[in-house]
Amino acid sequence: MNREQVLHVARLARLSFTEDELEEMARGMNAILAYIDLLKRVDTAAVAPMAHATAPANVFREDEPAPSLSPEEWLQAAPWRSGPFAGVPRFVEE
Amino acid sequence: MRLLGSIDRLASELARKEYSAVELVEEALDRVERLDGTLRAFITVLPETALAQAAAVDRARSRGDRLSPLAGIPMALKDNLCTRGIPTTCGSRMLDGYRPPYSATVWRRLEAAGAVLVGKTNLDEFAMGSSTENSAFFPTRNPWDPKRVPGGSSGGSAAAVAAGEVVYALGSDTGGSIRQPASFTGVVGLKPTYGRVSRYGLIAFASSLDQVGPLARTVRDSATVLHAISGHDPLDSTSAAVPVPDWAARLDGEVRGIKIGVPLEYFGTGVDPEVARLVRQAVDLLVGMGAEAAECSLPHTEYAVATYYVLAPAEASSNLARYDGVRYGWRAPGAKSLTELYTLSRQQGFGREVKRRIMLGTYALSAGYYEAYYLKSQKVRSLIRQDFDRAFERFDVLAMPTSPEVAFRHGERASDPLRMYMADALTIPVNLAGLPGISLPCGFSRGLPVGLQLVGRPFEEETLLRVAHAYEVATPEWRQAVPPGIAAGRGDDA
Amino acid sequence: MLNRHAVELGILAALALECRVAPESVFARKNYFYPDLPKGYQISQYEQPLATDGRLTFAVAGEPRTVRIRRVHLEEDAGKSLHGDDAVRAAGHAEGYSLLDFNRCGVPLIEIVTEPDLRAPEEARSFLETLKLVLEYTGVSDVKLEEGSLRCDANISLRPKGSGESGVAVEIKNLNSFRFVQRALAHEIERQAALLDAGRPVVRETRQYLEATGTTAPLRGKEEAQDYRYFPDPDLVRLVVDAAWQERLQARLPEMPAAKHARYLDELGLPEHEARVLTSSLPLSSFFEQAIAQGGEPRAVANWTVGELCRLMNAHAVSPCELKLTPAHLVELLQLLDAGTLSRPLAREVLEASLLTGNSPRAVAQARGMTQISNEAELTLLVDRVLSAHPGPVADYLGGKERALGFLVGQVMRASGGRANPQTVGRLLKEKLGREG
Repeated sequence: MNREQVLHVARLARLSFTEDELEEMARGMNAILAYIDLLKRVDTAAVAPMAHATAPANVFREDEPAPSLSPEEWLQAAPWRSGPFAGVPRFVEE
Repeated sequence: MRLLGSIDRLASELARKEYSAVELVEEALDRVERLDGTLRAFITVLPETALAQAAAVDRARSRGDRLSPLAGIPMALKDNLCTRGIPTTCGSRMLDGYRPPYSATVWRRLEAAGAVLVGKTNLDEFAMGSSTENSAFFPTRNPWDPKRVPGGSSGGSAAAVAAGEVVYALGSDTGGSIRQPASFTGVVGLKPTYGRVSRYGLIAFASSLDQVGPLARTVRDSATVLHAISGHDPLDSTSAAVPVPDWAARLDGEVRGIKIGVPLEYFGTGVDPEVARLVRQAVDLLVGMGAEAAECSLPHTEYAVATYYVLAPAEASSNLARYDGVRYGWRAPGAKSLTELYTLSRQQGFGREVKRRIMLGTYALSAGYYEAYYLKSQKVRSLIRQDFDRAFERFDVLAMPTSPEVAFRHGERASDPLRMYMADALTIPVNLAGLPGISLPCGFSRGLPVGLQLVGRPFEEETLLRVAHAYEVATPEWRQAVPPGIAAGRGDDA
Repeated sequence: MLNRHAVELGILAALALECRVAPESVFARKNYFYPDLPKGYQISQYEQPLATDGRLTFAVAGEPRTVRIRRVHLEEDAGKSLHGDDAVRAAGHAEGYSLLDFNRCGVPLIEIVTEPDLRAPEEARSFLETLKLVLEYTGVSDVKLEEGSLRCDANISLRPKGSGESGVAVEIKNLNSFRFVQRALAHEIERQAALLDAGRPVVRETRQYLEATGTTAPLRGKEEAQDYRYFPDPDLVRLVVDAAWQERLQARLPEMPAAKHARYLDELGLPEHEARVLTSSLPLSSFFEQAIAQGGEPRAVANWTVGELCRLMNAHAVSPCELKLTPAHLVELLQLLDAGTLSRPLAREVLEASLLTGNSPRAVAQARGMTQISNEAELTLLVDRVLSAHPGPVADYLGGKERALGFLVGQVMRASGGRANPQTVGRLLKEKLGREG
């Protein structure tokens, strides 16, 4: 990965780095990715991907209302709140 | 020293009212007070709530209530398990001071059984690490040698049990995070079959791999705790609706006719010859007790670490997207725009290793790379599982080392992530395959504990525990050893 | 954990749109950062959706059109954001902030995606109206755009004349009515055509519709190219829909509007207008069918439902769901009419009273003494009085002017307060005037 790619991925992940950190991140990631290239040696042409360790299907709940956390309860942890709302710096200009 | 005893023994002593639950937890709090300045196993110690819980158990006992064997037993939770109203940091600045509005299902079950929560234990930030050095707060030391790491990421839980600060603790295991620290600190660590234990309220790292399990002093204790936390949970779609046997009651020390497979790949390059020797010796002992053993092969083992370091970071990159400074957790002050709020909060809230894995995972899922990395790894994961399926056609359990080496020194691997990742090379395949695995002490190399890892068929914890228990009973010397510097007094149950 | 009922509604919608329901489907995470998205990803379906390859036929200016349905999948709703200092201040909160309401997060949604088969804004609107009706019929949603139980994004691209390739697609959001969909698309066509004519490229982007101006504008905050990094959600398990489950749901699927329309024409012999009005409203058609089930004659019931009943509901601003009048009431009214107990004008009056009070037509008629007079002795008295009061028209009639009879019938009706049976009155008048028919 070059510098530009690392920056692109950082933007996707909403992370930012100083120049030094960026360099270290690129170095670390490249070492790991080089190691992961090991997987290219495995022939997986006829193999199905495995998303789960167990393979159950159709785990449902019924459509029955049940109490959930009130805004009062979960907003206890919010770094900024106003009434029943959380908030962020205004993100759409009108 | 009561706290180095087993749950079994303490439960019967409590039942006979030789001492009260309050006295027991006072002893635990006293040990934490004396030992934890050096060990640093705990992020949060909870004297008031622990004493209140113990007092409630004593009252229930004097009323004549029927009590669980876990009632009044001092224990600890890894700090990535949510506890309602009690700080849950995940070892991260991001969640410093966070008090969850709900409790993990495992804690709700233990709480209902009368467990006494002494505190929340240290871990690698978001459970990402193998040494507990990645905690945002401080590293935890290994009771056997303070210059060495206790393993990770459940290093705090392992150290607390090994030092007798608590009788047992819960950890979480995504790539070895229960078993490897158990091995490094000379305790028993059990990773249940994926789906055996609810993940609700376990702060997610890699959802398809994470599993909660006990770290305890004996196999029987592990079985008792596993029984208390197992079972289907309507709040976790991946928790399995399978019967939960009373494992502890079925432990009889018998291994005759059990077929043990010894996978050669787990004894090869990178494995300390002394570790390998001790594990083979353990297998020989079991054979001497009537088990049968033969070598076998799990040919895709060498690809497990690479597979894991695609899949786990990919899931983590998504699971950790919720830490954005909006609803809980760290919020960077002074952010003027939304993008600034996100990036600054995440930049300041996450440590280096967490960022590295988020970056890796984001990359592996991004347009143009998904097939080469993520999909490819999912396919290799199938092959790794198939290796195990084939082996279990011939064997009841597989035996191998838990970790290639004994506990390493602090700082030794911190600057080389790839080398750190290799510490989990022998535990990762078990998570990828979703199987139950247990690590238990099988000797010492240069004065440091070595772990024997046993792996079983899905949901056959019973066989796993039976073999582990039989071995444990036959080798009381490993349990009677106490870390130097930890006050004398030993568990003498069998 | 997945809500079984939501899955069944999704399958019903898919079946109503003649989709192929996947034997196995998978939930995926759509990863993006947005303040109203609490997990940083949305649970959706991507590579293996619930259903694919459906179709819906609708009419544009009487001509049938078919749109192919690409996919039907399940996903979760996000929260809501409150912007703008006015709104925020009005709610008593700090300025310079957007407020976030997470109450509806995680509520299941069904997303329906068409193939690019629609060619004009009015087609899009007709399609949406038909789709809305189908969804209403299946009971999947109460389809209220204003309440968000039906929402719509529109994608549009222009294709240069003679070219086989579609141009760059633009997505339009914030479409709160079908009228706005039509207007927004019409505006986009103009805007994109002007760009292309000027030799400038159309940018692939998401725009929002501005109600005030009837135009579209780029949606801010979406400037960066999205990479959603979809992958199977490891917290959720596969969804398997076997043939038996699908058949059970197929059996629960009600008759669709198009089939109902055809049946009303072919089997019940309704005129086109009445069939169309009835089937375009589920409550209205079910009112109609219940009335028939209770013995009402289909054509009469349809005529009265579409005519008088609809007029009264409009006049009194009563929606079909709030109707106090039952189908049985209408059948009773028609029986009173048939039996000659009520005249048409009286029947209208009774219908209105029943609609407003919920009392049965028979009770209304009796309470108001509105029953028709068919008693000949009583009517003969009235007829005699009218004949002597109007010698002119009598002479006209006797002189061969048939129309004068109508006038005389009307006078008798008036004298009876509208209660006289007009047939009987006509016969009596003719007898009196010696010109029996």
